[in-house]
Order: sequence, then structure tokens, then C-alpha cells
Amino acid sequence: MELRSKAPAGPLADKWERYRSDIRLVSPTNKLKHHIIVVGSGLAGASAAASLAELGYTVSCFCFQDSPRRAHSIAAQGGINAAKNYQNDGDSVFRLFYDTIKGGDFRSREVNVYRLAETSLRIIDQCTAQGVPFAREYGGLLANRSFGGVQVARTFYARGQTGQQLLLGAYQALERQVGAGKVRMYPRTEMLDLVVVDGRARGIVVRDLVSGAVGSSAGDAVVLATGGYSNVYYLSTNAKGCNVTAIWRAHRRGAAFANPCFTQIHPTCIPQTGHHQSKLTLMSESLRNDGRIWVPKRKGDARPPREIQESERDYFLERLYPSYGNLVPRDVASRRVKEVCDEGRGVGPGGYGVYLDFADAIARLGRHVIAERYGNLFEMYERITAENPFDVPMRIYPAPHYTMGGLWVDYNLMTTIDGLYAIGEANFSDHGANRLGASALMQGLADGYFILPYTIGDYLAQVKLGQVGTDHTAFRQVEREVSERVERLLAARGRTTPDAFHRELGRLMWDKCGMSRNAQGLKETLQKIAALGERFARDVYVGGKGEEFNQTLEHAGRVADFFELAELMCRDALHREESCGSHFREEFQTPEGEAKRDDARFGYVAAWEYAGAGKAPVLNKEPLEFEVVHPAQRSYV
Amino acid sequence: MRLTLHVWRQSGPRDAGRFVRYDVTDVSPDMSFLEMLDVLNQQLLGRQEEPIAFDHDCREGICGACGMVINGRPHGPQHATTTCQLHMRTFPDGAALWLEPWRARAFPVVKDLVVDRSAFDRVIAAGGFITARTGSAPEANSTLVPKRDADLAMDAAACIGCGACVAACPNASAMLFVAAKVSHLGLLPQGQPERATRVVSMVAQMDAEGFGACTNHGECMAACPKEISIDFIARLNRDYLKAVARPKPQAVKANGGDV
Ligand SMILES: Cc1cc2nc3c(=O)[nH]c(=O)nc-3n(C[C@H](O)[C@H](O)[C@H](O)COP(=O)(O)OP(=O)(O)OC[C@H]3O[C@@H](n4cnc5c(N)ncnc54)[C@H](O)[C@@H]3O)c2cc1C
Ligand code: FES
Repeated sequence: MELRSKAPAGPLADKWERYRSDIRLVSPTNKLKHHIIVVGSGLAGASAAASLAELGYTVSCFCFQDSPRRAHSIAAQGGINAAKNYQNDGDSVFRLFYDTIKGGDFRSREVNVYRLAETSLRIIDQCTAQGVPFAREYGGLLANRSFGGVQVARTFYARGQTGQQLLLGAYQALERQVGAGKVRMYPRTEMLDLVVVDGRARGIVVRDLVSGAVGSSAGDAVVLATGGYSNVYYLSTNAKGCNVTAIWRAHRRGAAFANPCFTQIHPTCIPQTGHHQSKLTLMSESLRNDGRIWVPKRKGDARPPREIQESERDYFLERLYPSYGNLVPRDVASRRVKEVCDEGRGVGPGGYGVYLDFADAIARLGRHVIAERYGNLFEMYERITAENPFDVPMRIYPAPHYTMGGLWVDYNLMTTIDGLYAIGEANFSDHGANRLGASALMQGLADGYFILPYTIGDYLAQVKLGQVGTDHTAFRQVEREVSERVERLLAARGRTTPDAFHRELGRLMWDKCGMSRNAQGLKETLQKIAALGERFARDVYVGGKGEEFNQTLEHAGRVADFFELAELMCRDALHREESCGSHFREEFQTPEGEAKRDDARFGYVAAWEYAGAGKAPVLNKEPLEFEVVHPAQRSYV
Repeated sequence: MRLTLHVWRQSGPRDAGRFVRYDVTDVSPDMSFLEMLDVLNQQLLGRQEEPIAFDHDCREGICGACGMVINGRPHGPQHATTTCQLHMRTFPDGAALWLEPWRARAFPVVKDLVVDRSAFDRVIAAGGFITARTGSAPEANSTLVPKRDADLAMDAAACIGCGACVAACPNASAMLFVAAKVSHLGLLPQGQPERATRVVSMVAQMDAEGFGACTNHGECMAACPKEISIDFIARLNRDYLKAVARPKPQAVKANGGDV
């Protein structure tokens, strides 16, 4: 497999502008004739579908929820970055670019990241014009806050509901096109496979989640905007429905999967309370602007937090990283939290927690200021834990949150299958081995509003696509395969529910392929996953029929794909004999316990190629070349 | 904790439906309401019985997917709380709970506690947007928005589209949902050009979907998990009257001016 990044030549700052001017265009009359399939209606999918329809393409958009407005992007809390430099604190496109590359521990593609930083400016303009009610200062200008891993305030926000407001903006733009008859929306419809004809993506096979009918949609290009796969861990901050199925099925049809083991563990989540737990709840990173993280200095100190004197507390992030303090990047913060808990200094049930304390900020700024900034997060915390963060410090612990890995894409956001694109969290681009806070929303909207709508035209203008409808034999064949998979799940009629299997898989992955990893643990886990996967095939119980609304069946299909993905994640983590960003191999660390990269051996993107059932996947490497930045040991001290 | 649940079971839109009783044991007060249903569903599957269908996704009170009527109240007894955010410690040990889907003509039942809320999407498609073609936006700080207006717009924009307002209303009116969107966009300078057409188009679509009329019961606000105020309904009414009093008001088709 050949990996061509298609990165344009020329000075970094001019590349995108020049490239855009050279790109081939599709004439207005021809646009109408091209049918584009967009799978996903989150920030990436909704913005892409709306923008493509505005350009004149005929668009179909799919999501598994009952409405496109409920895509997981809706849950993003803290904010979205843009290099506007409204605070006059020295921000610039270059600085955002540099922070992102460094935050990702020098494992992302320079050209893509620069383009992202450049595009960030227009996103804020676009969303404001749509009526996104961003927070404002008294004078009427837009307000900003800070996020981890940076020293400027470049994050735009709408209370603690930034994702909701950005998604509603994109959703409304999408619905405008639905109303105009230019987008056909298919809610409660799940993509279960990709159809490739003569080497090009020409459609998808879907299951109607209400009737259970398996059917197809044919088009000239397919865009996957299906989000991330943190739910491989079962417990994560993601919505329950988030899954890997769409991109996994595309992977099996020939799309390379890049850096699957790069998964972000977010430091500030509400700790687990019991075995019934169905998901974990994030407490936004923005809280680290005003909250101070600490644990008792003494092991096993079980006194209530307010009885522990200042001198008996260890504000470990402030101690270890004086210049970034509580705002170090997520991978660093999570690892340090785990470390103090492993030392026996954790707080709360089981010792899996550290304090996030607002007492100083409340004393300094007043209760009302804190309430205005974080009111809804405090309420959410109290509902879940029955504790009021105004009175007692929050307890937090890391949890799986975001996946930097995803389908490999070139500069055009095209995968290794012609005509198949991946945007948003579903692709691997831009965040390297660790994503900075408030950058996922930025990337999703950059891809959907401002990049894909151009680059897809370049493809459609060049290729000569024959007429392919859903009556083509390739569609019949894939539909048959999908139906057979559904049948197999139903026919097992074993004794264990998909949910129970999912939990077990999640625990394996969390223990050995989570916050820290080592070769022995990964090797053992590979064997355990294989064994569990076999048991799943034999012993799963789904019940009901395929031709009906069947939520257990939906879940079972997703779990089946998580098994295969989990194996690839472990393989990837095992092969990468270095630590970088979120990927922490215990064997490779500095004396201070920081990630120790090995640029000479691993300065590449690992793009895995599917080789067939039961065969070892093939590793392809895209070397990372840095023209402008110089990879260095990350330092936040 | 132990509970007795009476759950509405309905296999599809054409089935008449009925309550079925389940006794649930081993409920922890720290569980969320949906986790309690998960436990029951796992037990049902273990007995090869059909699990209870209900919508949910984020389980954080923001996606608007979840929702059921619990003992006569949409999203249950706790103020400003979605079903997924409700915790079992809210209920006494031994409680009897009656669970029903949203009941409204415009929200047909899909199965058990799952309803079809696509009418809301069609109301938005009719006019619940600001036309801002991608790429055409001016510099964001070129339009100042007083903080007061931005904050009030955000209060309205906090709607999660769950449909509890409709379920709570004796007339199954969607007025609070529509008013929230009309107000969010109408409070901002960017929303002014389409302000009149927006309200007229959205109200026309709301009526066409079969939602009832608003007769100011105020049940919607009491049930709303995001505490959307009925003051926004007054604002909608003002906007609507102003719009229809203008010469030639017309419900425009979405995107009518484009292309
Ligand atoms: C709790 C939380 C808070 C966050 N806060 C922030 C933040 O403050 N700032 C930030 O930058 N990022 C944040 N993130 C990350 C960010 O929200 C996500 O990375 C981003 O929203 C992903 O957007 P997306 O469009 O790629 O995918 P999603 O929003 O996940 O959308 C996926 C879409 O694909 C559809 N889909 C999936 N599979 C299928 C299938 N097989 N068939 C059909 N449809 C399918 C779904 O229905 C959905 O419409 C947060 C994440 C979480 C979990
Ligand atoms: S599941 Fe999302 S609001 Fe309840």
C-alpha cells in the first residue's frame, strides 16, 4: 500500500491558499448530478453535509440517533480554539499550530496542522454568523478562556455547552438544506458496510433501525464523519451509542487505520461509583482554569478535605510543572493523577480520585463568578455525586475520552480508498499522540465547513465515474454479507448479553491498553481478546428478530467490531516501542517519568492495512517530516 | 433498594399497548434511573424475555434523547433533571413507578418508551435557522452583542429538544420548543433579517405537525429539564403578531431565497 500524503509544496504558511487556488472545480450543473453520502451528523458531518448542499451537490446524510441534533458532539462542554488573538496576549496562527504539534508530541503532519490553525479564524466567524451564542464581555465583544497545554486564552465558549451550541448551528444549517430539498436526512439508520466498485467507494449498506430492513445507498463519494471509538473501553465519557463500526468496516474494505493505540484519557472525570456504572461523566477541562488539583501528602489520609491543612496538601501539578501548573496537557495530568493514586494517596472510595478544589477561586472571585463560569457543571456533579462543589472539593479521576487514531487520510482528507473520505474524530489527522483541549470541535468544523467541500470537488472533477446504482451486483453482495452477519449474531442464542461481553472487553483494554502499557501486558491481552472474541461468537444472546426495532442487536454488532479493533489497538501499542503523548509504554520513560520518544525509530504514522480474517495486519509507515518545527522533548515545567 | 415498575409495553405503532409489572431488586441509590433500567433489561435478557426499548445516548442531560413519563411527570419528580440524570436516591425504597412514553399525536410511539420526534426536526427545517452560507461570514467581532442579549439568547438556546414540554402540556402543544428557537435567534442581531418569516414559518409547520394550541397552562416550563422560561412564549406571540401585521406575511419555504 502506498501512502501519499499529497502535501503541497511551497512555504508552510502559503500551502493551503495556493493549493485551494489550484484545485479543480466542478461546474454548477455537474454538482447537482453528483450524489455525496455523508455518514454522521456531528460537527463534522452536519457542517460538511450543509456546506456541500449549499455548493449544489445532492447529499444524503445518515445518523443512528432519532435526530441529527443528538450526535455526540452535542455533549462537548468546554470550548473551541481559534487563533483570533482577541485577548492581545500574543496568540497567532503559528502559535496555535506550534502548540498543537507540540501537544501532540510531534506525531502529526505539519501541513495539516498548519491548515487547521489557519482555518480556526473562519470557524468563529461562521458560527457567530449562524447565531451561536458565544459568551461575551460587557462591551459586547467575544470572551475567551484558557485550556490546557497553552499559555494564551484562545478558547471560545458558550457556558458549559459549547458543543451543543456549535452543533445546533451546524444542525440548523443542515435542516435548512433538508427543508430546501437538497439534503435527504436518514435518522435511525446505521451504516454497516462500505461498497467499493472498481477500487472506488460507491456507496454504503445500512440497516433501518426502526424496521430492521437492510438496504443500500449509492453515490459518487462517501464521507465518514462517524466520531471516535473510546467506547472500546466500555466506560468512557462518550455517549452510549458511539462506536467504531463505520470506520472499522471501511478498514476491512481497504482503508488504512492509523495510530489506533493513540487514545486520550481525560484527567477530570467523575470517578466510578459501582459495578452498575454505564458511563463516565466528564468534568470539563475548563475547570482547571480555577480549580486546583491536590491530594494529601500522607498516604491513606482519610480525613475530610477541609480538615487537611494547607501544609499537609500536595498540589502535585503545580509542584511538578510550575509554569503550566494545573493546565498541563491531558496526557501529563492523567498520568500524574494515576501516579499519586497508585502511591496510595488517592481520595474517595477505593482511593481512585484526587481533589479539584475551588475554594481559593471562590474566595478570590466570589461565588457568583464561579457560578456563572461553571454553574451547570457544578450542578451536574452534584446530581451524580450528591456533593456540592461549592462546599466540598470535587473528586476526579481519568477516563477514556477521545481517540486521536482513526482512518488514515491524505491532505485532501481522502482515505486509502479512492472516493472515501474521513473527517472529524473519525480520521487520524491533526492531533498526533495527544489532543489539546478545545481542538476537536475546531478540527471537526474545519474539516466539514472549510476543507472537505473543496477537496472533494478536486476528486469529482477528475474521475470518470460510471453509472452505479444499488442494483449493481457489488451492492447485492455486500447486503448479503451484512444480513448474514446479523443472522449469525441472532443465531448464536448463547447465555451472555452483548453488554456483559462489552464490559469484559472494556476492562481488559483499560487495564492493559489504557493509561499505561507494557509489552507483557499487551501480549497477554491480545490472547485474552482473541479468546473472549471467540466466546462472544458462540455464547452471545441477542434475542428478538433482525426485522424489527432491536437495540440489543445494534449493540451486539458494535461490540463485535470493537473486538477486532481492540486487537489492532494492542498490536499497534505493542509495536510502538517508545512513549509519546497519550501512548505511555512503561519501558520507555525519562528519569522524571515523562514520555520518552524515539524519533529515529518511530517518527512515523503507523497505518495498518487489513489483510483478511485471521491474518496479521500489514504495517505501513508514513514518515513524518518536519520542515518548520524541531521535535524536542516536551517540557511543561 | 427494591422497586415495583409498571412499564408501558407496545410492540409498534399499531399495537394497543399495556402496562406490564416488573419487580426489581438490587437497586443501588447511586444508580442513575437508566442504569436501573439497564439492570432490569439484563435480567430480562437472561430470562430470554424482550428488553424494554427506550431512547438514550449521552446520559449527561444534553442530547435530549432520553425521556419518559415517570409517575405522571415527564422526566420524573426531580426539578430541572432529565431522565438520564435522575438518580435512584430520589425515590424511597419500595417505590412503585409507572413508566410511559411521551403521549402526543405528533409523537407516534415507535416501541415501548420510544417515540418518533421527527416533527421537531421539520419545524426547525421550516425556519429555525439563520441563513449564513458557509464562507460568507463577516469577522466575528465586527458585530457587538450586548452581554445581556447574548445571555438571554443562550438561556433560550439551551433547549435540548427532548419533547418533555409537549408531553407535559394538556394540549400537546410545542409552543415552548418553538418559542425557545424563535427567541434564541430573534434576540441576536444576526437573526433580525429573517425574524418575521422565521416565526411565521415555524408556527405554520408546528400546526401542520398536529401539535395542539397553547392555552397558557405553564406545565411545559415546569417539566422542562433546562428550565426554559414561558416568557419566551410571550416573546414568540409578540413576534408573531408583529410579523402577521406586516404587509404580505408569508410562510416561506425553507431556504426560499437561496440558490
Ligand atoms: C463529554 C465530552 C466533552 C467534550 N468536550 C470538548 C470540548 O470542550 N472541546 C473540544 O474541542 N472537544 C470536546 N470533546 C470532543 C468532541 O466533542 C468530539 O471529538 C467531536 O464532537 C466529534 O465530532 P464528530 O463530528 O467527529 O463525531 P460525533 O459528534 O461523534 O458524530 C458522529 C456521528 O456519526 C453517526 N454515526 C456513527 N456511527 C454511525 C453508523 N455506523 N451509521 C450511521 N451513523 C453513524 C452518529 O449518529 C453521529 O451523528 C468532548 C467530548 C466528550 C465526550
Ligand atoms: S441521554 Fe442524553 S439527555 Fe438523557
